[in-house]
Amino acid sequence: MLSYVLCLVLFAIGIYCLLVKKNLIKKIVGLGIMEYAINLFFILLGYRSGGEAPILSKGAVGNNFVDPLPQALILTSIVIGLGVTALMVAIAVRLYEKYRTFDINEIRRLKG
Amino acid sequence: MLPIFVIIPLGCAFLIPIVSKIREGLAQILANFGAALLLLFSVMSISWLKSGLQVYYVGGWRPPFGICMVLDGMTVLMLLVVNIIGCLTLVYSIDYIRRYTSPTLYYTLFCLLLAGLNGVVISGDLFNLFVFLEITSIASYALVAFGTEAEDLEASFKYLVLGSIASTLILLGIGMLLGSVSTLNMADISRSLSTSSSKNIILYCLALFIMGFGLKVALVPFHAWLPDAHPAAPAPMSAMLSGVVIKTIGVYALARVLFNIIGFNPTISSILTWMGIISMSVGVLLAIGQWDFKRLLAYHSISQIGYVIFGLGLGTPLGIMGGLFHLFNHSLFKSLLFLNAGAVEYSTGNRQLNKLNGLSKEMPVTSTTSLIASLSIAGIPPLCGFWSKLIIIIAAFQANNPVGAIVCIMVAMVTLASFLKVQKYAFIRRTEEVVSGVKEVPLSMVLAMVVLAILCVLVGIFAIPFLNTVIKPAAEALLNGLNYAGLILRE
Repeated sequence: MLSYVLCLVLFAIGIYCLLVKKNLIKKIVGLGIMEYAINLFFILLGYRSGGEAPILSKGAVGNNFVDPLPQALILTSIVIGLGVTALMVAIAVRLYEKYRTFDINEIRRLKG
Repeated sequence: MLPIFVIIPLGCAFLIPIVSKIREGLAQILANFGAALLLLFSVMSISWLKSGLQVYYVGGWRPPFGICMVLDGMTVLMLLVVNIIGCLTLVYSIDYIRRYTSPTLYYTLFCLLLAGLNGVVISGDLFNLFVFLEITSIASYALVAFGTEAEDLEASFKYLVLGSIASTLILLGIGMLLGSVSTLNMADISRSLSTSSSKNIILYCLALFIMGFGLKVALVPFHAWLPDAHPAAPAPMSAMLSGVVIKTIGVYALARVLFNIIGFNPTISSILTWMGIISMSVGVLLAIGQWDFKRLLAYHSISQIGYVIFGLGLGTPLGIMGGLFHLFNHSLFKSLLFLNAGAVEYSTGNRQLNKLNGLSKEMPVTSTTSLIASLSIAGIPPLCGFWSKLIIIIAAFQANNPVGAIVCIMVAMVTLASFLKVQKYAFIRRTEEVVSGVKEVPLSMVLAMVVLAILCVLVGIFAIPFLNTVIKPAAEALLNGLNYAGLILRE
């Protein structure tokens, strides 16, 4: 149970960092923390203490398999996270070229 | 036949960078050809539905173990919305996108966007829905920043941050559901949830899904990104974002989760109706003071989506039909208006309404089509917007929600005022300044706008047959509620 609580604390740290920090790079790091908290949560869902790898073979008992589904999902989710982070970093670099700063307070030409 | 809706655009997205190495012009031909094919298939899918709900098992694995794709009434409606607007905006792009560098990348991203949107609509599995939703989101973040001006990048970054939070909340919700029922097939989840004893987990997931999809729809407490992101994109992309993307990854996904998985109940009904009422009034009040043409339209999107959510939230058959009909109509006239704004910007290089100089002489087609779209969004009979608003208002009175009905009527009036302002400043008013060099936009842009305007009129005139063939099956699919599970798992 404690691991789930810690996982949600990690999620909260990530979302705090993403919303409150003023530096674009710190925001990107915050997004990473948040995504990995969710990934960890999924892995915890499938975890069994003392479980075996879920491979059916001769002689395998197969009554304490780890759930493989969340692991397969998280593989996809990590790839998606990579795509989003790469796009975010690319946009941050282009923003730096335009504004010469990473500070979100100075990047505000849009209003209304 | 169902996977073709994902295979065609995904294949195009893969092939476009390759064929454009051979000849630059092939990219747009391939993209337009793919979109036209998709449109053809989505019109044909209306007749596929006659033989009942269709399920495709990926790799032959039956649910709940395998992944499945489902075609029901709601899917057909959304496929029509996605592919009509997708095809026409691609036609519009032929001439419009010449102003940007690297059109190949634009067409690749656009096809990827279409693949994501069709995938979201057709998927029968919650995790696949999430994956396609992320494909859509990533393509739209990139397309918002496509102009790479300072404002575009800023808007895109804002959209990225809020969009990622939304996706993460949705994924957390899916994780919670997976943890409690150990399955991801939508039909199977809904069956397991209806028999499970713990109702708390459902409430928790409900909160996560409403926050997540609410951010994607841009309902009012979550709307901050939309007025920046939608105007910053190139005009065809704005039309796609306002006309299709917020509906597919927002309204459709939310409706599917709430009606077919969790099950509709009075709590959800009151949440949705109140969010709808707040969105429509706040959106229109923020819109009326805007002078930037596209920004004004973006605020109106928030307001009109409020109608859709309100109609769905009423939960009565008439209310859901009205909401879905308004969803279809809004995709027609809002994309048309964004294309008009793009045409005005293309010809004059300016989209501030108070700096425009009555363009009705110089740009007759743009002016006429935008008049049709404006009257349509304001709800003037016999154009399409009138019927859907009328149905929603009647449904609100029937469902004992007179407050909502009155707000609907007031918002429609303010919308009319706001669009009269657009017409006056952009097209009718003539100032003393001499205009030179402003002329009508090229053929492909004119063609797309005219077709959309004709559709607005036709859907308005033939509202009753259209309601019976397309909207009614869609509303039935949602009203079927938890029986959806039985329909899929029995086969």
